[in-house]
Amino acid sequence: MSVRTEEMVLNMGPQHPSTHGVLRLELTLDGEIITKVVPHIGYLHRCFEKHCEVMSYPQVIPYTDRMDYLAAMGNELGYVIGVEKLLRIQVPERVEYIRVIMAELQRIASHLVAIGTYGADIGAFTPFLYCFRDRERILNLFEITCGARLLYNYIWVGGLSHDLHPDFVRLTKEFIKEFKPNLRELNNLLTYNKIFIDRTANVGILPLETAINFGVTGPMLRASGLKWDLRKDDTYSVYNKFDFDIPIGEGKMGTVGDSWDRYYVRVLEMEESLKIIEQAIETLPDGDVTSAIPKKIKPPVGHVYSRVENPRGELGYFIISDGSTSPFRVKVRAPSFVNLQIMDELCRGHLVADVIAILGSVDIVLGEVDR
Amino acid sequence: MKSFEEIVEILKNYFSDTSIEPKSDVKFEPYIIIPPQEIDKVCLFLRDNSELYFDSLVNLSAVDDFNGQKIKDEQGNEIMQGGTMSVYYHLESIKYRHKLLLRVITERDNPVVNSVTSVWNSSNWHEREAFDLFGIKFLNHPDLRRILMPYDWEFGYPLRKDYQNPEFYQGMKVPY
Repeated sequence: MSVRTEEMVLNMGPQHPSTHGVLRLELTLDGEIITKVVPHIGYLHRCFEKHCEVMSYPQVIPYTDRMDYLAAMGNELGYVIGVEKLLRIQVPERVEYIRVIMAELQRIASHLVAIGTYGADIGAFTPFLYCFRDRERILNLFEITCGARLLYNYIWVGGLSHDLHPDFVRLTKEFIKEFKPNLRELNNLLTYNKIFIDRTANVGILPLETAINFGVTGPMLRASGLKWDLRKDDTYSVYNKFDFDIPIGEGKMGTVGDSWDRYYVRVLEMEESLKIIEQAIETLPDGDVTSAIPKKIKPPVGHVYSRVENPRGELGYFIISDGSTSPFRVKVRAPSFVNLQIMDELCRGHLVADVIAILGSVDIVLGEVDR
Repeated sequence: MKSFEEIVEILKNYFSDTSIEPKSDVKFEPYIIIPPQEIDKVCLFLRDNSELYFDSLVNLSAVDDFNGQKIKDEQGNEIMQGGTMSVYYHLESIKYRHKLLLRVITERDNPVVNSVTSVWNSSNWHEREAFDLFGIKFLNHPDLRRILMPYDWEFGYPLRKDYQNPEFYQGMKVPY
């Protein structure tokens, strides 16, 4: 006797805690095996690019914060570098150093959220609390610098809104000193946890060729085994003055490019960011952080593509100027938007429970996917 | 690593009967203008040529050039007739570390461009976004649907410069 079988369509999201925001995944299932994933996005769409066209160049900066709200400093940095390229402004060295310190602190804070929520997604709740405890201290550092904890409007065209607080250097050094043992603790608790490895190793393997063809960047690309980091390979700001490594996936627990590798690259990147912050704080030059801020921002006609290495990958701004005080067109190449495309490729042939493990390792922020 | 002039030279030699128009007198980033019906062939060549090897499409952005004739419609709104739309392609070779900017210019009233999804999968969502917000049709695209706007949106393309908000959407007043 033959049993009639048919494929089933299952909706995951948009209101589902493990989709990290409002994302709907349309899963086609054969039994419990996934045959197709169709992501539906756009629930947070607010047309940032249209807003830009009616605002002046500095007014755009607070809006960039709201794209990848876990890495707002990086968003500001990318946009500001683009406008400075159009204006051909040379920024004081102290400003560049502070920008690097902020971007790296932000990278640690963002990776802590990625790692913490990843653990929580697949059942480990304690590391989540540990990660948020440490992230809280970074947010306190941002708060004494510019008054805001999440959306800063701190990095301005040609400078910064405030100089550092007198206590900033001391508090950052204290944070680094206390964060290092915490990171070891996190490794013992989550990274080398047997259950965690079973859930993530050999799940969602991303071969390098596929990753490049799909335009995947950031920790995901590095986990697939390519040493590619814009901080080194297309250097910006003052990153060429610091000594740091680019961790790549080695397939320690399974295959190169699996979910565990993507997770572990983020852990290693936090250590490298600490190295950069330590060096930058030691050699922080003196100077005025507001001296180079232009009174009137009116770039010449032209177009420029500026890009930075954000925690999630390459964040690019394609800015076209028509010679007026507001941009003619701003196109954002959001790393999460491009990385999310790969879901179908990664999930096919896995179980429903693995979708959560894979989506967590892709680490998306829907504010940036939908813009 | 190849310079912009060398890349133009290689392209001109291979595509002798296609118009390859380099623009290097611009202030910041020089680019090459390619006809919209040839872009997929040119991109395939750029990816597979052993000297160029542009294996990664970094960004694809559509732009409303807004250079046609301004006229008034029945309601007195200013709309644009004629003119062009552009699509910019930022390419990069991870192996050789060189970059290239291509530009395709198409008619604003009937924008049609060949899709490059068969060359780089990363262009899939970028092209859907350009279709969604600008109304550019990409020929041979495997899945050309709206992506950011609602699937039932029928009030035009928001990022066009002469876009007008509808008064109502599903019974809700739009400028609330």
